[in-house]
Formats: sequence, structure tokens, C-alpha cells
Amino acid sequence: MMGDLTQYFDYVLMAMLLAVGVAVIRLRNLFAIVMLTGVYSLLSAAWFTSLDALDVGFTEAAVGAGISTVLLLAAMLLTSRECDKVSVSRHWAALAVCVAAGAVLLYALPDMPVYGSPDTPVNAGVGMEYMDRTADDLKKIPNVVTAVLGSYRGFDTMGEVFVVFAAGVGVALLMGLSGRRREEDE
Amino acid sequence: MLEMLSERFVYVVIIVLMMTGLYALIATGNLVKRMVGLTIFQTSVFLLYITMGKVFGGVPPILDYKDLSNGTLDPNQLYSNPLPHVLILTAIVVGVATLAMGLALVVRIREAYGTIEDDAISEADYSLELEKGV
Repeated sequence: MMGDLTQYFDYVLMAMLLAVGVAVIRLRNLFAIVMLTGVYSLLSAAWFTSLDALDVGFTEAAVGAGISTVLLLAAMLLTSRECDKVSVSRHWAALAVCVAAGAVLLYALPDMPVYGSPDTPVNAGVGMEYMDRTADDLKKIPNVVTAVLGSYRGFDTMGEVFVVFAAGVGVALLMGLSGRRREEDE
Repeated sequence: MLEMLSERFVYVVIIVLMMTGLYALIATGNLVKRMVGLTIFQTSVFLLYITMGKVFGGVPPILDYKDLSNGTLDPNQLYSNPLPHVLILTAIVVGVATLAMGLALVVRIREAYGTIEDDAISEADYSLELEKGV
């Protein structure tokens, strides 16, 4: 497999993502941590774009780097600005869990599809079927991701809307946006 | 072995990124930082899926069209796989929904306990139980 020029983007972005991840672990100022999470999302949005996933890049930049960061900032303002120090034993426990989980995932690595190859089961299967069928069925929708999201897998998207609705109701109930504060004032 | 690793090098790095998020999740008592760890773990899982759908020499899965009513599939052109993109689009939105829910819980915990460090929260629970004589 010869590769592709986008692989150079991969290496740069992977290095930057790793640096941001390690910085998030080491920092204890919550403001810095939240902003670095936004940076992490933005870097992954850039990587999504270079991996040909333009829609995912848009969404991650808007939702991941935008709304998530705003939500985290709001929660930080309502709670605290600094993290407490954690005990050394907790760091060792975390390290043990991560090494164990990482080892299991790396054990499964040989079964993963070869990166960038068009012949792997992932890429040769149902995804390409959607490409062919969209060209035949839905000529007015040039973007296949939109066609699959809105038409072939429309039920998934409907379930997603239910999840977002449930989360909205849950947040409203938890935060008491409707009247708890007003009753206290009276 | 070496060839296997070089063909799948991105997955190795993404697994390390996932473990970075998991570490940030476990090695802190602060509930907001824990949500941050969860977000990083989640974003890394998205990266794992999208890298699987990449095809070298491919273009984004958008059909050629002369005018807006007639999309055609170019048989000589390689396209990246659209299916992981669709699944991850759904996952990103659901991820934000769960993040909002978790942060609302954290804010409520702060209102009830006056702290968001889990040691202090379990201590407060423990002394409450002692007072009640449970």
C-alpha cells in the first residue's frame, strides 16, 4: 500500500492531540482544562476533514468545539475553578486500568482493517452499497452522508432526536428552570 | 509483525488517545474534570471509526453532479466510506446530550453538597449517616 499525502496530516495531528491529552491530565486549573478540551475537539475536527469526513468535521467543530465548550464553561462557573490534588494510589489505579484496557485493545489490533485500503470488509461492504444506491434512488441528493442519514437510516436519526429531547427534559428538570427559584423568592 | 503494525499505526495512536481520556477520567476526584475525560475518550472513539472508513486516494462521499437534479457515481473514482460518517454524526449529537445531562447533575451536586470533589462528597454522606445512626 503506497499511502496518501494526507498521512502527513495524520502524523502532525496525532502528535498535537497527544500533547493536548497529556496536558489535560497534568493540569489542575479547570478553565485551562476546559479550553484544552475545545482545542482537542477542534484538532479532531481538522483530522476528520483530512480523513474525507466533511460532515463529521463540521459537526465536531460546531457541536464538540462549540456547544460542549460552552456547556463545560458554564458548569465550571457554577461549581469550582480548581481541582484538588489526588492521592498517588489513585494515579497507580488509573494507570493499571489504562494499561489493562489498552492491552486488550492492542490484542485486537491484528483483526482491525488495514488503514486506507479500499478492499477491507469495512469499506467494501454496505458503505459502497449505499454509494451505488444513492446514485440510483436519490439523484437530487449529491451528498451520500445526507442521503443515508435522512433516508436509509432515518430511524436512527429519529432515535437521536428522542435522545436529545430526553436530555433536554432531564436538564430542565434537574436545574429547575421552571419555578423552583421563583418559589424561594416569594 | 512490523508490517502489521505499520499498516495499523493510526489505530495504535488512537488507542493511546483513548487511554489518555480514560486516565483523565479515573485519576481525578473533580466531577467536571471527569466529564472532560469522558469527552476526550469519546472523541477518540469517533476518530477510531472515521479512520476505518478512510480510503487512500479517495474523495469525500459526494456524487458528481452537473445540475442539482442529477447526481452520478463516477466508476473510476475511489470514495471514502460514508457509513462510519453517518454513525458518528449521530454519536456526536448524543454525546453532547449526555454531557449536558452529566453537567446538570454536577451542578445539582454542587448545590446540595457545596463541593464537587468525590472524596468530600463521600465524607459528607458518611457523616450524615453517622448522625442518623445508620
